[in-house]
Amino acid sequence: MSATTVTAAPPRRLLTEERVATGLVGLLCLLLLLAIALPLWALLSKSFLDDQGRFVGLANYARYFATPVLVQSLLNSLFVATLATTIVIPLAFLYAYALTRSRMPAKGLFYALALLPIFAPSLLPALSLVYIFGNQGFLKDLLFGASIYGPIGIVMAQVFYCLPHATMILVAALGLADGRLYEAAKSLGTTRWRMFRTVTLPGAQYGLVSAAVVVFTLVITDFGIAKVIGGQFNVLATDAYKQVVGQQNFAMGAVVGMVLLVPAVLAFFVDRLLRRRQVALLSARAVPYAPQPERRRDLLLLGYCILVGGLVAAVLGVAVWASFIRYWPYNLSFTLANYAFAEFDPDGWQPYLNSLWVAGLTAAIGTPLVFVGAYLLEKTRAVPLGRALAQLLAMLPMAVPGMVLGLGYVFFFNAPWNPLGILYGTVAILALNCLAHFYTVAHITAVTALKQIDGEFEAVSASLQVPFWVTLRRVTVPICLPAILDIAVYLFVNALTTVSAVIFLYGPGTKLASIAIVHMDEAGAIAAAAAMATCIVATAIGVKLLHLLLDAVLFGRAQRWRAR
Amino acid sequence: MRRWLLAAGAALALAFGSGTADAQTRTRVTIYTALENEQLAPFKQAIEAAVPGVEVVWVRDSTGVITARILAERENPRADMIMGLAASSLLLFEGMNLLEPYTPAGAEALKPAFRDTTPPVTWTGMDAFLGVICYNTVEGRRANTTAPTSWRDLTRPEFRGRLVMPHPASSGTGYLMVAMWLQMMGEEQGWRFMDALHENMAVYTHSGSAPCVQAARGERVAGISLDMRGARERTQGAPIEVIIPAEGTGWDMEAVSIVRGTRNLDAARRIADWAATRGANELYSRFYAVVAFPGVTNTPPNYPANAEERMFRNDFTWMAQNRERILAEWSRRYESKAAPRN
Repeated sequence: MSATTVTAAPPRRLLTEERVATGLVGLLCLLLLLAIALPLWALLSKSFLDDQGRFVGLANYARYFATPVLVQSLLNSLFVATLATTIVIPLAFLYAYALTRSRMPAKGLFYALALLPIFAPSLLPALSLVYIFGNQGFLKDLLFGASIYGPIGIVMAQVFYCLPHATMILVAALGLADGRLYEAAKSLGTTRWRMFRTVTLPGAQYGLVSAAVVVFTLVITDFGIAKVIGGQFNVLATDAYKQVVGQQNFAMGAVVGMVLLVPAVLAFFVDRLLRRRQVALLSARAVPYAPQPERRRDLLLLGYCILVGGLVAAVLGVAVWASFIRYWPYNLSFTLANYAFAEFDPDGWQPYLNSLWVAGLTAAIGTPLVFVGAYLLEKTRAVPLGRALAQLLAMLPMAVPGMVLGLGYVFFFNAPWNPLGILYGTVAILALNCLAHFYTVAHITAVTALKQIDGEFEAVSASLQVPFWVTLRRVTVPICLPAILDIAVYLFVNALTTVSAVIFLYGPGTKLASIAIVHMDEAGAIAAAAAMATCIVATAIGVKLLHLLLDAVLFGRAQRWRAR
Repeated sequence: MRRWLLAAGAALALAFGSGTADAQTRTRVTIYTALENEQLAPFKQAIEAAVPGVEVVWVRDSTGVITARILAERENPRADMIMGLAASSLLLFEGMNLLEPYTPAGAEALKPAFRDTTPPVTWTGMDAFLGVICYNTVEGRRANTTAPTSWRDLTRPEFRGRLVMPHPASSGTGYLMVAMWLQMMGEEQGWRFMDALHENMAVYTHSGSAPCVQAARGERVAGISLDMRGARERTQGAPIEVIIPAEGTGWDMEAVSIVRGTRNLDAARRIADWAATRGANELYSRFYAVVAFPGVTNTPPNYPANAEERMFRNDFTWMAQNRERILAEWSRRYESKAAPRN
């Protein structure tokens, strides 16, 4: 039997496979349009309108570039992003090198240490730095009279915050290497430095560019760090917040949002362009490179990892420690008073519960949606045009900073004509926004897992007249469970820690924990802000540990076939 | 997959449904406020006890933000009431016809200065808040400064980079200080004074209480800040003096108003009635030295003793009418100096 039997099936059935697939792809397109494309369109069009909603062409842009303080923010943003990138990339490269090209012990532990910042909101390193290098900081003298409030603080906090992202990319880039090249070089008597320059670096060059692009974009678009430790040093993200929240000047906020979009989109396309040029590093005949033990190198790299990994853990630790101090710097006794959030924020512990609720909802709805969506795009053949559109929309959020997406949501969902306006200020819109913001990575994870499954499954199912949803349920989902769990945890952790998009979207009673941190810091209650940040970190790490445990216990056996 | 869809549907239903159960039993009244965070819980409790069947939902931010937000939402108001917002902002709204006229029962008993005397009555005063200097004595000694006794003392070179004050566009305290200097010294002298002050200022904060908290923690030597925050930080053990300079200080009144077009007019009126009672004023006086109800005094611990006599003769109408112009000029002078000054 072949696929023709399906088309020859009795046409009386209302629920044909083709129709279901078409309907679902249509639904996915509609949802992605609503959650991603239309808000961005609303932002774009808003930047051409004045306060009364009249079309004014480029007048807002002209006013933006005629205002020195706003243009200065743009330059400031570019400056700190460039500086942070040039510091993070070498740091992360050496760290990744140690993890992949040495035989030092406890690699897993050091990798985990470098990944720690992922579980914290970006506000946390900034709060820690206030305690370390602020005017009452215990290591303040190390700055030789310079102030932590401004570019120095921003760059230091960004280095902490961006390290895991750069490290992950570089570990992946350095993890693949052809051992034959190194053997050949060795047998030719090549010096170590030359080997590094001619074999290692060229092999990792795309990873390096990719990491640099990611870090640059992260710094430009981050809001939390500049908010806490920027002092009078304005950057694009804080300008967008000031224009929209502080002055309710939506037109100018939209312009700042568009300006913020430019570097992010540019970086995105540079990255894609370079990736296209990348040729396969590993041919079929390649021998994976396995580093030989070498005492001196391994010890040096171990020392380096202890230093960097230790610093990362220390910065995190300072915030946790500070949250238990009664009155810095005059009374250092232990207290739990900073966790009595009702003293510092009208909503008390409610924001933390809201955050759990939004993160849970994002993961619970997002995971099946992303996975089924990826399945439809990857494994079904219905409506090619619709699938192409959905594919494009799914990749779009990667290039859109959270701040920009959040602004777009304000303009789109709060427009008087929009019936979806009832969602404004609810938990549902916060979850929808988080899902849209983090859609791309989740989507790529699902697609990668699906690509590993042979298309034969679908072909066989079709020939047996089994509709695709049965195949999906009985075959695809069980095989992909580890990836599905990955997606759920990724969505949960990111929805928990994000601040940039949701700061524009919360309403009465739906404030999130990360926003409460911003508010408490604004009121000067930084110990309470550190306490709330600690709650977020503890929850995120707890969920990740649960994930690892589940992975080991549940799938250790069921997925053993993969190892073969 | 059907099971997933069901689960997703159930989750969605929960997300939307969570608010409705409460709403059926109690009226949710959304109140925009610039009250301090720690006041909100006791105020909510007191209102809900005094006005049965009402649930208070606060939307809290700095005076400037709340003001901007109400202006931005004027086509489609989302607040039912405004409570604890500067009278200068409420006068601005009154001029734009955004407030519902209402005279709370018993409002005639309040001190005349706290009553809206020009009909229609749209706001009712609650308490007064003052700008003070929080001066950290420990850090002051370390930096070789002496406690300021007049505003001009703050322009002395030894305070360079060691002062902090609230941003007048976002903070009510920030704006009342700027407005006070301009009224007290005259516009030209006032701006010249602020030029000199700007040279010493490390940062302009978002909120009116943050400067005192920063001074209390020793992060700065002195902060121009909200009076009650100073008293409170000192009570908590911070080594600060709460100073009101001899020339007098700026102040504004916090008041309550009903937003025109609210769907909960009846509940809002009952809350406004409560706000003018003696009981409510006794609650205000836990945090403020000067409240609207005559005879209710309860100076909070460590509150500067000479506060009431040093309150500058303030013209709220002038503050409201010139707000936009003053803020624009302030921004032109001190925000476009783009170099980071830390």
